Amino acid sequence: MSPRITLATAGRVLTQLRHDPRTIALLLVVPSLLMVILKYVFDGNPLVFDRIGLPLLGVFPFITMFLVTSVAMLRERTSGTLERLLTTPMAKLDLLLGYGIAFALAAAAQAAVACATAYWVLGLHTAGSAALVVAVAVADAVLGMALGLFVSAFARTEFQAVQFMPAIVLPQVLLCGLFIARDQMAGWLDGLSDALPLTYAVQALGEVGVHADVTSTLSRDLAILVGAAVAALVLAAATLRRRSG
Amino acid sequence: MSGVSAPGTVPAGSLPGSDSASTQPAAASAALSADHLTVDRGGRPVLRGVTFEVPRGTVTGLLGPSGGGKTTLMRAIVGVQVVKSGSVTVLGLPAGSAELRRRVGYVTQAPSVYADLTVRDNARYFAAIYGVGRAAADAAIAAVGLAEQAGQLVASLSGGQRTRVSLACALLSSPQLLVLDEPTVGLDPVLREELWGQFHELAANGTTLLVSSHVMDEAGRCDRLLLLREGELIADETPAAIRAATGTLDLEQAFLRIIRERATPPEGKVA
Ligand SMILES: Nc1ncnc2c1ncn2[C@@H]1O[C@H](COP(=O)(O)OP(=O)(O)OP(=O)(O)O)[C@@H](O)[C@H]1O
Ligand SMILES: [Mg+2]
Repeated sequence: MSPRITLATAGRVLTQLRHDPRTIALLLVVPSLLMVILKYVFDGNPLVFDRIGLPLLGVFPFITMFLVTSVAMLRERTSGTLERLLTTPMAKLDLLLGYGIAFALAAAAQAAVACATAYWVLGLHTAGSAALVVAVAVADAVLGMALGLFVSAFARTEFQAVQFMPAIVLPQVLLCGLFIARDQMAGWLDGLSDALPLTYAVQALGEVGVHADVTSTLSRDLAILVGAAVAALVLAAATLRRRSG
Repeated sequence: MSGVSAPGTVPAGSLPGSDSASTQPAAASAALSADHLTVDRGGRPVLRGVTFEVPRGTVTGLLGPSGGGKTTLMRAIVGVQVVKSGSVTVLGLPAGSAELRRRVGYVTQAPSVYADLTVRDNARYFAAIYGVGRAAADAAIAAVGLAEQAGQLVASLSGGQRTRVSLACALLSSPQLLVLDEPTVGLDPVLREELWGQFHELAANGTTLLVSSHVMDEAGRCDRLLLLREGELIADETPAAIRAATGTLDLEQAFLRIIRERATPPEGKVA
């Protein structure tokens, strides 16, 4: 591993993103737009917006970064650049961490814009600070990215890569406690949700919503998120083979 | 089809006009050698016990019909191909060793550079990976004649220009072994001539080059030729030896003869 190569890779990924202004615009604007829609869907019941809008600030970056990285990695694979990189002095973790840094920065920008809209335009209220919300959102994004890198190893085509979204991401969204409290689900689903990382993202944001300071549950949730992201990155590195058939 | 040695009777040791003879220690170990290399792809044999050696500081041409296994052999040499049996040794180390990654350059058959980056961004990225700095990146771009397009997105380049960006990204690390998979496809004769001049210049400075090609006038510019057909090495000679063995000055004819001779059963000998 080499910091020089990791940073060069992060810079390269960001430069690629910079050459694609439409993707940047979609990345930054879509979550805010969805927040606005959500706000007025629950026009008659503003408390629901406070309850659902907040966790969604963590779910959006998870979904977008999952999609963006799995497609980016697949492109790297099909264009032959991945095979080429694997013949250079680059370590596999250089590549994965390079992607991680680049997309964490993109996610931070996305979360900042979404939070600004939610707090200043839509009147979202939380007991804890907005900075904590952004921090949890970035952790979610890194987790989504790491899972995207991991599953891209199993996708041979763009069609397959996109299908991993409903397969890997949507169950977590359904079970994370966003729609209904987890203790009201069937017992086995509640148990299953304990094993899914997005659950802890939603729980962490819930903590920020009702507590002014950093609770021990929040720190534990953040640690779980980061741990799951690291585990997914290690798995991604393990599935990235220098030699293929 | 038996796996015995190449058809020619001329001894293979007579390397004419090897530019680098003066700079290389006489009996230095080969830059590259394969020993009974066998590779299966998609459940079918693609390389069947290929054995050869490539001396240092030479330009070796890898030729043969489409699907013969040229790209597969190159992938095995740079260490990205799963090998069934046999071995490949590169610069004294097993192919794929971590240490070889900065000493071996590989240009894939399809240009493998980032289409959504400029020529300069691509070169600088690979320069950063090899730790050689921006000057090396700019020099490599100039060497393939793309200085004027340096700020252009690769997606907006012509096919031949894209091939050259890919080549530039391999040149900038000054590798000791350069593996080039059809690097001159789609290039005009002037540019081809220029690049072949560069290949020989590199070889004169001690770099070993393995270049696959379908163009016979390029075959004539190689120090040695490997002819691969259906996964078997059917010739490993200097161009002169191949011409002599087949009794024709035209390399294209010579190859056709070797291939036919090998394809037909023993009783159907080509006169
Ligand atoms: N990924 C793969 N899976 C299965 N078979 C493959 C794969 N790649 C190549 N092959 C087969 O291996 C054989 C050799 O392919 P290879 O690409 O090495 O040929 P080549 O000599 O480079 O051909 P060309 O001159 O057309 O580039 C072909 O029969 C091809 O169909
Ligand atoms: Mg090929």
